[in-house]
Amino acid sequence: MLEQSYYEKTDEIIAGHGTKKESLIPVIQDIQAQFHYLPPELLGYVAGKLGIGEAKAYSVATFYENFSFEPKGKYIIRVCDGTACHVRRSTAILERLREELGLDAERHTTEDMLFTLETVSCLGACGLAPALTVNDKVYPAMTPESVSELINNLAQDRPAAERTENT
Amino acid sequence: MDYITIDSKCVPIEGEKNVLSLIRKAGIDLPTFCYHSELSVYGACRMCVVEDDRGRIFASCSEQPRPGMVIYTNTKKIQRYRKLIIELLLSSHCRDCTVCHKNGMCELQSLAYRVGVHAVRFPDNRRKKPLDMSSPSIVRDPNKCILCGDCVRTCDEIQGVGAIDFAHRGARMEVTPAFDRKLSETDCVGCGQCASVCPTAAISIRTNVTQVWNAIYDKNVRVVAQVAPAVRLAVGDHFGIPKGENSFGKLVEALRIMGFDEVYDTNFAADLTVMEEAEEFLDRLSKGEKLPLFTSCCPGWVRFCEKKYPEFAANISTCRSPQGMFSAVIKEYCAEKDREDGRRTVVVSIMPCTAKKGEILRPDNFTDGRQDTDFVLTTVEMIRMIKQVGIQFEKLGGEAADMPFSIASGGGAIFGVTGGVTEAVLRRLSAEKNYKALDAIRFTGVRGEDGIREAVVTLGEREVRIAVVHGLANAGRLLTAIKSGEKSYDFVEVMACRRGCIMGGGQPAQAGPRTRKGRMEGIYKVDAASNIRFPDENPAVKQLCEGLLAGKRHKLLHRAFTDGGAGKTGGGV
Repeated sequence: MLEQSYYEKTDEIIAGHGTKKESLIPVIQDIQAQFHYLPPELLGYVAGKLGIGEAKAYSVATFYENFSFEPKGKYIIRVCDGTACHVRRSTAILERLREELGLDAERHTTEDMLFTLETVSCLGACGLAPALTVNDKVYPAMTPESVSELINNLAQDRPAAERTENT
Repeated sequence: MDYITIDSKCVPIEGEKNVLSLIRKAGIDLPTFCYHSELSVYGACRMCVVEDDRGRIFASCSEQPRPGMVIYTNTKKIQRYRKLIIELLLSSHCRDCTVCHKNGMCELQSLAYRVGVHAVRFPDNRRKKPLDMSSPSIVRDPNKCILCGDCVRTCDEIQGVGAIDFAHRGARMEVTPAFDRKLSETDCVGCGQCASVCPTAAISIRTNVTQVWNAIYDKNVRVVAQVAPAVRLAVGDHFGIPKGENSFGKLVEALRIMGFDEVYDTNFAADLTVMEEAEEFLDRLSKGEKLPLFTSCCPGWVRFCEKKYPEFAANISTCRSPQGMFSAVIKEYCAEKDREDGRRTVVVSIMPCTAKKGEILRPDNFTDGRQDTDFVLTTVEMIRMIKQVGIQFEKLGGEAADMPFSIASGGGAIFGVTGGVTEAVLRRLSAEKNYKALDAIRFTGVRGEDGIREAVVTLGEREVRIAVVHGLANAGRLLTAIKSGEKSYDFVEVMACRRGCIMGGGQPAQAGPRTRKGRMEGIYKVDAASNIRFPDENPAVKQLCEGLLAGKRHKLLHRAFTDGGAGKTGGGV
């Protein structure tokens, strides 16, 4: 059971968009922005408020890769696996990250809630391949060695070395 | 007149909304999985693809007919496409056809044969998913789902329940309740309409056939059957009997051949229900409380109301359904015989309904903590049992059911169709008991196929406002209108399934317009042919009320509210 404050915040968000069916996506987007994930309890709550079945709301939320029902880590690492990054060996980067963080295809977030590791189909930064983002910051031309260093820095809460101005 | 050309044949456009309807009108039975005339057009299965004179390929179900169109339904390209689609569907479908209970009734199976798929080149590399057996009415097997979405749209559009929907996308897409929950944890009411439209065995009916056979083979058990009004019109479907023909006599004979000890007619219990419900209605009307009175015969509706509109739960009649009343009466009636011959009575009700399987598990339907109906068999399960034994059903001569519970009025018979309960109650309330009164009631507006129908009748000094609803989505709309004060009624009949029990989730599926019409006409024919038309003129009911039921009417015929009120008495789906 979530704390009451979650529901209060959700009520606020719904009020901002209006209690109509079309508000579903903007509302759950805002919830995710607020809490860094979409608490499952709130999806049912929102669906009830907007007059949508919970199964329908679940259908919408699972259709988009962007929504997550699991709390995410402090640092969300998105490894690009688009064509350009893929041919420039993004797989090796992903594997190194999984190895460093003890994650796999099933588990995306470390137990200490520090890191979440995801893949994306294209970041639109093909010229910087292979690229990844940490939260909203882009890291270009990564190698297995450089990601290890990056993880190390982030884990020690050191500001990562400024490597790019392209965000 | 505007027309289109289909395979070199001119077909006039007469208000058809899509090309598929025209093709079918032209006498070509194009295959479909996802097209149902009463649901929204989805266009997902691609089985109905056709080619036009420019070589363009499109799904005919979602294409509007335009005058002058030239289309072909069976070109080389189309044949190849259709075959490939089936092959791809089969590639991610388990292939245990011989042990699947949809074997012989599966649309995927029959289409694969029809389009000539004799081998599947692709391996099935999906991970096997567990079955959902949580509901007493419905079994979900995700491994057999072909994602046509028929169940999703039926549950949402027709029933307004929305228990299941698509989740995820691409290769991971599946039909599931929210958060992969079990059906029993959703708003599912167990109506089984999803199973009726499912082309495969992805959603099927929970079967009790084995348990019933075990009871029949047990020498210490007296197996008593009761047969619901709508079953007799559909049980012959698989035996070449014309649609909607009354096969009650044949069914009674078949049940005796199978080894049932006693067979009774639920129509009798429907008469009993009319008596109780009419009395309750008059009582509430005179006190002016808990109006409108909602009927309680339909367990799908009762569950729907409790889950989605609990504020109206107290308005539902406290009467048990005919099934519930009857089983309680049968158990009471057999108690003495049980003591004499040392056997135990097991009541098996044969129903057009899947939600009845849940109703019998509800504690408010128990008598002194005892479950009255032991098993519910749907019409489809009955057909399977008849086939198992090898009875040539169509050749049976027919027998009458057992006394004392086989005399029924025509009013009891029409319980199986939308408006029937209301009509029967009006017959009970009518001051005059003649054919003129029957006709007057018939034309009040209670009969018909419109989703929500209204009627006003005069009862003594008072005008009584009546509504008849079928399809739970319509019921939801009506309740919303009542809640907002926009509408006001005294008596409301609700049937969860469109057209009533004749189209229940337990009836043989793939029922098109011809079947619907046949069953509807058939049930009114049973009524018209009855010697007794008014439920209150049924001598057996009178006898029962004065004899066995004396002093026990409330206990045996009404739901027990042990925990303080309606809506809290849970039970299975």
